[in-house]
Amino acid sequence: MDQRVIDIILDSFSKILLPGLTMTIPLTVISFCLAMVIATAVAMVQFANVRILKQICRFYIWVIRGTPLLVQLYVMFFGLPSVGVVLDPFPCAVIVFAINEGAYCAETMRSALESVPAGQIEAGYCVGLSYWQIMRRIVLPQALRTAFPPLSNSLIAMTKDTSLAANITVLEMFMATQRIVARTYEPLVLYIEVGLIYLLFCTVLTKLQSIGEKRLNRYQRQG
Amino acid sequence: MLEIHNIKKSFGSLEVLKGVDLRVQKGDVVAILGPSGSGKTTLLRCINFLEKADSGSFTFDGQEFSYEAIRKKEIARLRKKTAFVFQNYNLFQNKTALQNVTEGLVIGRKMKKEQAEEIGRRMLDKVGMGERYDYYPGQLSGGQQQRVAIARALATDPEIIYFDEPTSALDPELIGEVLEVMRSLAKEGMTMLVVTHEMSFAREVSSQVIFMEHGQVVEAGTAREFFNNPREARTRAFLGMDSEE
Repeated sequence: MDQRVIDIILDSFSKILLPGLTMTIPLTVISFCLAMVIATAVAMVQFANVRILKQICRFYIWVIRGTPLLVQLYVMFFGLPSVGVVLDPFPCAVIVFAINEGAYCAETMRSALESVPAGQIEAGYCVGLSYWQIMRRIVLPQALRTAFPPLSNSLIAMTKDTSLAANITVLEMFMATQRIVARTYEPLVLYIEVGLIYLLFCTVLTKLQSIGEKRLNRYQRQG
Repeated sequence: MLEIHNIKKSFGSLEVLKGVDLRVQKGDVVAILGPSGSGKTTLLRCINFLEKADSGSFTFDGQEFSYEAIRKKEIARLRKKTAFVFQNYNLFQNKTALQNVTEGLVIGRKMKKEQAEEIGRRMLDKVGMGERYDYYPGQLSGGQQQRVAIARALATDPEIIYFDEPTSALDPELIGEVLEVMRSLAKEGMTMLVVTHEMSFAREVSSQVIFMEHGQVVEAGTAREFFNNPREARTRAFLGMDSEE
């Protein structure tokens, strides 16, 4: 490898990492937090069997899971302006990622809620708790424990999916890399480089997942 | 204190309770016996609104209600005067033994945490779980979990405790410790309504017995009469089968 390529790799590292820190991570974190709010609400509506709302939730999950994320981004960013709705790239990406991820996580949360034995809900009523008190203090904490590994999985997947936001002009890590490639004509090393930075991010998340699981496991059977 | 009139319940086309009457007085220990599928657990669950009875009425502390028309608020108010012990314990898995006992006090009844914990510790001591305050249910044996569940029931100072086959899920060697706790409660005058398969416990501890089959009461009376001098042929057959085991 000649000196020029090595210089490009070293020189571009901070130029790729910086938008990673200022764009990819905020995009991931904000979108995922919103997605969790959507997912929890959608899962609880289904769990509680609220009739009409449940139909709406099923429809939402059906549509979002059945269409490509990239198409959703295009509809939102390039499609909506023709009916007068113009969004900036970053908020547009946040909305699409939150809605998309929310649909998947809603299913994870729903199955986790259903995995909590119904007897504990009955016991909650019998000791004088209300439905909301039972949900908040008994069911949700246990469901969250069950849902934690698959939710971590979704978060890791979403971290990488944010690279799709490059398509709607969000200047995140991948787009930054594309620009450097366009200038230097070194696609192989640069795309590998950005891939490695994604790998680094996901390694941190994996580590956080195992720390989180250990904390949440404290009430599980020992040995 | 508790009187049930003509309670009925069907699951689809299956009639589980075909009009049952029941009467519990303060200090009574009433055992509900009967073969599997006789509707005894359903009866208990309907009484505490865990299942919605189709029809019937009941009187609790002199106040009369109908099962069809009772409001959610009334259900919540009545439940705070009663407690339920389940076959499968149903302890809150994410809470320690002590938290299981105090939850209904601190959250359900807005009691101060210190006061609730003091009551909680006293109740756990009472059921012989004084060494296990901070254990999670997953770290306890079945018998220990059921004793915590009884402490949880006691903590709310109920007027009556319903027991739904409290020893049926336990290993044989763990049944004794749970029955021992229930025996001492009966001695203290706690009002209890117990669905059970433990004949010797029913014979020894209960004051009244109700024998059910096919969703109906076959025979009801004092425990002494029931075991020594049963009136109905079906009851004699049931007890006879029991002694052959």
